[in-house]
Amino acid sequence: MQTSLERVLHQARGENRAALIGYIPAGFPTVEGCKRAIDVLIDSGFDAVEIGYPYSDPVMDGPIIQEAADQALRNGVKAKDVLGTLHHATERGAAAVVMTYWNPIEQFGVDKFAHAIAQAGGSGVITPDLSFEQAQPWNQSAARAGINTIYVVAPSTTDDRLRKVTGITSGFIYAASLMGVTGTRTSVSNSAQELVARIRQVSDLPVAVGLGVSTPEQAREVATYADGVIIGSALIKELLGKDLDKGLVGLEELALSLAAATRSANRESPGVSGAKEARGVK
Amino acid sequence: MTATIDTGLFGPYGGRYVPEALIAALDELAKMHQELKNDRSFVAELSHLHKTYSGRPSILTEANRFADYCGGARILLKREDLNHTGSHKINNVLGQALMTKRMGKKRVIAETGAGQHGVASATAAALLGLECVVYMGEEDTKRQALNVARMRLLGATVVPVTAGSRTLKDAINEAMRDWVTNVETTHYILGTVAGPHPFPVMVRDFHRIIGDEARAQVLELTGALPTAVLACVGGGSNAIGIFYPFIDEKSVRLIGLEAGGDGLETGRHASAISGGRPGVLHGARSYMLQDEDGQTIESHSISAGLDYPGVGPEHAHLYDIGRAEYWPITDKEAMEAFSLLCRTEGIIPAIETAHALAGAIKLGKELGPNSTLLINLSGRGDKDVQTAAEYFGMA
Ligand SMILES: Cc1ncc(COP(=O)(O)O)c(C=O)c1O
Repeated sequence: MQTSLERVLHQARGENRAALIGYIPAGFPTVEGCKRAIDVLIDSGFDAVEIGYPYSDPVMDGPIIQEAADQALRNGVKAKDVLGTLHHATERGAAAVVMTYWNPIEQFGVDKFAHAIAQAGGSGVITPDLSFEQAQPWNQSAARAGINTIYVVAPSTTDDRLRKVTGITSGFIYAASLMGVTGTRTSVSNSAQELVARIRQVSDLPVAVGLGVSTPEQAREVATYADGVIIGSALIKELLGKDLDKGLVGLEELALSLAAATRSANRESPGVSGAKEARGVK
Repeated sequence: MTATIDTGLFGPYGGRYVPEALIAALDELAKMHQELKNDRSFVAELSHLHKTYSGRPSILTEANRFADYCGGARILLKREDLNHTGSHKINNVLGQALMTKRMGKKRVIAETGAGQHGVASATAAALLGLECVVYMGEEDTKRQALNVARMRLLGATVVPVTAGSRTLKDAINEAMRDWVTNVETTHYILGTVAGPHPFPVMVRDFHRIIGDEARAQVLELTGALPTAVLACVGGGSNAIGIFYPFIDEKSVRLIGLEAGGDGLETGRHASAISGGRPGVLHGARSYMLQDEDGQTIESHSISAGLDYPGVGPEHAHLYDIGRAEYWPITDKEAMEAFSLLCRTEGIIPAIETAHALAGAIKLGKELGPNSTLLINLSGRGDKDVQTAAEYFGMA
């Protein structure tokens, strides 16, 4: 059976456009505020949302997401809030996944976590620090629960390893645009397009590009060659240190322009032909 | 206890839980470590630096007056405090700095808690002409101001880290972020036997010289193996270094002393093994301090170098299989031992090291005069003079 995420990506491909995916940590700026922000993203035309699991030691995140996660943790966010936020997004009809560092999954219970995600209507989990070598228990649990296992690859990932990692991935492949941590950047690195091209050589799964994609111009550029555009820090920046209602107005403005830009991207040809479309869950 | 070469697992511990961007660099490092271990010219170069630069072999000192407070047990101190820069940390740093040269990288980064690893890294970088950036929790830059000045004098850039608890764990996070970004030009000299594979194996191999020398020195002096080997455990590098050559000697007790802070029962401590449970932190699975959701709990210790909520994966495994014991030592017990060594032997130890000395006092009283305790005197206390003077109301 296809997950909602797979359906959404499939549909975007059918429309010859890239899907727009937004990231926000659960509990930021508050548990309820986060749900409202998710509503804004969905209503503005985002195709899917990634709910971040705020973590005490986010080694892959730059200052903006660190601050947001810190704030969420200071608000006392727990596993149930992450799952509750996920449930909120899926109830609204959105395709939604959780993005989390590994330890919270291990402490929750690997099997239990996969099932809780499925129960909340989630399509899968992005696990940015779960290396291929350590991934097997999670893949088995996720398969049993019928959810996607989304792995991140980087410009430094060798072709040989790209084959391995994409081989255990489902839903989409998360291509890190550059060597670095999350954050806003003034331009999207060239390495992103090169990486996407290398991934296309070994896999026909949809590829979404994230890390540092911040502006509508950048989203449009990425949307010309990728199947998905992931925006995180730029969205969070709209809410950081601001009154919630004001922040949501700014967020909506940005979200709408990102959605318009992504849809207006000039794509030469459909990413990959129909026969090779999104794979089912393993 | 050698971990599998490709995955770095010690039983269920270790491994790699890192961003994919770092995998290529870790693979290169693991390969390099395997090759250089048996490379004649590398081994010779490192050994030359040990002899002519850091002052190895470090001596063994019998502490007769201190022994009176340890139930009459024979007390032998392995004097890593006499190494250049004042602690065992230089052993690992020289090895990794030489590797950096061989990899053709020109920049090194390091995290530091007490500042000893930072000072050692800054020193090796100066010696070998490498650019050096040291990440240090802001809290620690205050506790260990002397070492901040030392690093700057040596030409390193010290970056105070203001995230999270502003101590060692946050400095490691920041160093990892730098590394992910600059991995092509930069080597991360991790300062203990934690982190993703191959660090726990590689750092241990650079420190086993402590145990190799000590084993021969104890045998020569006493004609027998020691009854027990004791060392303080932060991440666990000085401990694994002195334990390693004794692991197969089942008659020798191996005891790691963790920072008990205000006492385990208060929750304010840094005893990852005695007071934590298995989880993943900083790229590897091991024991750690965490809440029910797996969020890391901030550690507490009077000693900046032990103030870390995790511990190296090989220690986790040695504990699980019952080969080594890990005891918590409170701040108070450590400071008493600190003071005692100063006054009985004329040696001012690092506060980290004082935890091992406190363990020896306990164990000596248990075992009595017919035992020989080998203690890793991992560092000297110059950096701690201010803290100690304040603690004892002398400042
Ligand atoms: C003198 C001394 N001993 C021990 C430690 C703790 O580190 P490890 O457990 O890796 O030996 C430190 C760390 O800074 C130190 O400076």
